[in-house]
Amino acid sequence: MSAIASPVSGRIEPGRILTWLLLFGGGLLMVTPLAFMFATSLKDSSEIYDLAFFPAHPTLENYVTVLSDGRFLRWFANSFGIATAVTLSNVFFDSLVGYTLAKFQFRGRYLVFVAILSTLMIPTEMLVIPWYVMAKNFGWLDSYWGIMFPGMMTAFGTFLMKQFFETVPNDFLEAARVDGLNEFAIFWRIALPLVTPALSALAIFTFLSNWTAFIWPLIVTTSKELYTLPVGLTSYAVEAQVQWELIMTGAALATLPTLTVFLLLQRYIVRGVVLAGLKG
Amino acid sequence: MAGIAIERLVKRYGPTQVVHGIDLDIQDGEFVVFVGPSGCGKSTTLRMVAGLEEINDGTISIGGRVVNRLEPKERNIAMVFQNYAIYPHMSVAENIAFGLYTSGLDKAAKRKRVEEVAEVLGLTPLLERRPSALSGGQRQRVAIGRAMVRDPAVFLFDEPLSNLDAQLRAQMRLEIKRLHQRLGTTIVFVTHDQVEAMTLADRIVVMRDGHILQVGAPMELYEKPADVFTARFIGSPTMNIMPAKAVAEAGRSTLRLGEAPLAWPTALPSDVLIGVRPQELRVLDQGEAADLILSGTVAVVEPLGPETFVHVEAAGGLLLASAPAKNPPAVGSAVQLGAAASGLRLFDAQSERAL
Repeated sequence: MSAIASPVSGRIEPGRILTWLLLFGGGLLMVTPLAFMFATSLKDSSEIYDLAFFPAHPTLENYVTVLSDGRFLRWFANSFGIATAVTLSNVFFDSLVGYTLAKFQFRGRYLVFVAILSTLMIPTEMLVIPWYVMAKNFGWLDSYWGIMFPGMMTAFGTFLMKQFFETVPNDFLEAARVDGLNEFAIFWRIALPLVTPALSALAIFTFLSNWTAFIWPLIVTTSKELYTLPVGLTSYAVEAQVQWELIMTGAALATLPTLTVFLLLQRYIVRGVVLAGLKG
Repeated sequence: MAGIAIERLVKRYGPTQVVHGIDLDIQDGEFVVFVGPSGCGKSTTLRMVAGLEEINDGTISIGGRVVNRLEPKERNIAMVFQNYAIYPHMSVAENIAFGLYTSGLDKAAKRKRVEEVAEVLGLTPLLERRPSALSGGQRQRVAIGRAMVRDPAVFLFDEPLSNLDAQLRAQMRLEIKRLHQRLGTTIVFVTHDQVEAMTLADRIVVMRDGHILQVGAPMELYEKPADVFTARFIGSPTMNIMPAKAVAEAGRSTLRLGEAPLAWPTALPSDVLIGVRPQELRVLDQGEAADLILSGTVAVVEPLGPETFVHVEAAGGLLLASAPAKNPPAVGSAVQLGAAASGLRLFDAQSERAL
């Protein structure tokens, strides 16, 4: 009650009740599909089309089926490996470029920044064809590198890191210069640790977007062993039959790393979102 | 340890010249303070000595070696910044040890050196703390520790006390002075605070608009300012400056200001500025004599404890004068202010240079 009561009069303000209701409604909207996914993953295939929220006879059979399917574990590992590699690459290269643009004066700096930024205006759907042609010409089709290369560095990440590096006082960098560090060591040992919240936010968002990426991995891969998890899950939907219980189980398992990441790094995510001025 | 020689030093930012060919010799072990208002070029000069700003013309030598083209790390200097610049992600010990980054010492030797410096600066109990858990004064000590640990030839301080409150500033001033007495290393210290300059320096360099106006010992600048700017900048409260007419005749002059003409032993130009420090312009007792006497009305009384300053409307402006700490004149009362001729500083009204 205290959260929605006026601190002065002790009365509950109508505005606060409305806010609380809206937040509750929004929360419900977010949580219901997730809860329905978990509930469905516990249903028997015969119950799938009953549309009851809770399973009549909860079973872990689907989890046994999915986890004993070698393909699922492979896709899971593929997704994890790809998302991790792309995240590490982004954290390093976006920071390096952002730092250079924020802290060094050189001819054409603004032009480079605008050129990078302008790529943000191009929708992914338009980029898919050039990416495909590029992957084909370089022989990267149907390979892990083919899945990863378009995301190894992003304009958004570069922009985000540049903005953060601009807030790092030059005194820190100059002090390090006087202390005898070379320029890379200044970036690595001084500047980078000072933007940890932004780095965490970038890492989390990059990992999540790559973990859930669907269109590009679907286009660039043909071999099932190279599928990422979201692409692989579509294999449970074949023409004759859609195995919703297995798709939901796979999806439920797929959320586990993201939920773990969120629970472990909740503090950084919230701080990162606030700092980055992102809408999540 | 090393001296610094600055010759015809020039700095330009695009078409704007901010340092205009200054010359300065700093002796080995000397404590030199650059003082001047914002934008006078003092920090830029310091940063050029540090190697953080490129030099457009002239030379800087440290210990007899021209360092124009050398990186900061090759100049054997250490610098303390205004915002301390101690790394927030490192402990106090790690911050201090960072000064030894290029030393090539092994871990144990570094640790020993850090402990020695921490002992000198009273940081021993804080070595494992993070900067966020330190007070402003402690942070500044860590910054000094990082500079000290390397045993550099020259210490450069860029307004290191300006972020501290008045009490802490006075305390750190004392600590820096004692540190210099103990280490004897050459120090170049930049500040806009003339009190810091007066209390710390062996010699003060007064700068304005990229030029050096005067270089000298604190009392030399206080007693014999070279121009009106230095006269007003050095000393607290600020020196009173009054325009006056002079009539020169046979190598002597008569100044016309105040109640009676004042004889001056040298020939003066017709328009002069007379400067008198508030400590030397006193509220006179009834019938008391003085070389220069001005009549006026008390506008504001400022009791400071051991002394009282009064703002008096006189000589066409508002003058600051000293009054007895006890029984100062009341606001609105008519008073006479007096100063001895020896307390007056004369400047040319045109050039504002001392006469």
